[in-house]
Amino acid sequence: MSRWLRTFGAFWYDFVIGDDWRGAAAVAAALAATALLVHVASVNAWWLLPAAVIAALGWSLRRATSGRA
Amino acid sequence: MNSLALFLTVFVACAVEAVEALTIVLAAGVTREWRSTLQGMAAALAVLAVAVAVIGPALTLVPLTGLRLVVGALLAVFGLQWLRKAILRASGYKDLHDEGAVYARQVAAAQTAGDGGRRGVRDWYAFTLSFKGVLLEGLEVVFIALTFGANQQNLGLAAAAAAAAVLVVAAVGVAVRAPLSRVPENTMKFAVGIMLTSFGVFWGAEGAGVSWPGNDAALLAVVPATALVALGYVALLRRVRAAGRATAAPAERSPA
Repeated sequence: MSRWLRTFGAFWYDFVIGDDWRGAAAVAAALAATALLVHVASVNAWWLLPAAVIAALGWSLRRATSGRA
Repeated sequence: MNSLALFLTVFVACAVEAVEALTIVLAAGVTREWRSTLQGMAAALAVLAVAVAVIGPALTLVPLTGLRLVVGALLAVFGLQWLRKAILRASGYKDLHDEGAVYARQVAAAQTAGDGGRRGVRDWYAFTLSFKGVLLEGLEVVFIALTFGANQQNLGLAAAAAAAAVLVVAAVGVAVRAPLSRVPENTMKFAVGIMLTSFGVFWGAEGAGVSWPGNDAALLAVVPATALVALGYVALLRRVRAAGRATAAPAERSPA
């Protein structure tokens, strides 16, 4: 049963997150920061997620092309 | 997002997945045995139909803000994965996706695999190869159709686009009886990566509570901006790669 659960989890991890978990972590962190800025500080931070995604993509590409991915 | 944009995005994304599934089904059917291959395909389609029947109606019950946050985040992560691979391929750091080569590999593996049936299936290898291929590629079709359809509150149109893509690819596959290696798959994957990332960012941020300047019209800026950034990364990586080769070449030529 635990082996089946591990396989199931690994499949979905690979399906959604893929080769680099840092991109997923950056998206999650940026969404949490956006929600905080909007709901706590009343800042309409529409720019935060696009900026985070561009940075995360660049970081991920840099790691992949320098052989550290 | 108007209906045409929804239809086209889901259609192109699903067509790419259908082309990949077709390659696997053809390899199994041509090399092994058609009956078991088609049984595997039918079993996978049944599983996918159950997934759509269960998840589709459930998504319509989730409040739109929460749905956009979760689905937007998933799409952004999923899209980043596609875009990263597409940029690495376009800049030469990763081999281009080649359906002809994939087909040749699948055929070689199918020719050397053992024979034998199980559970009423004559050729278990052909059945499982076809089942896994259709299920895995089909899950991506279901994921894209459901996320786009649910967010636009138009599941019917998204499902129609996905079905149309699968039918068109299947019809062309039956007509040519060969993997569709002339489909510009790498370009399509690049475009799909841009669309998935753009819509993921747009819906995710909306779900987190932001109001986009210009509301839905902001997408007309987000999609081209994502495309420009992706193309910029491709150009940058090509230059880095060319510079790396230029510095490596004299070193290789110099005497030891």
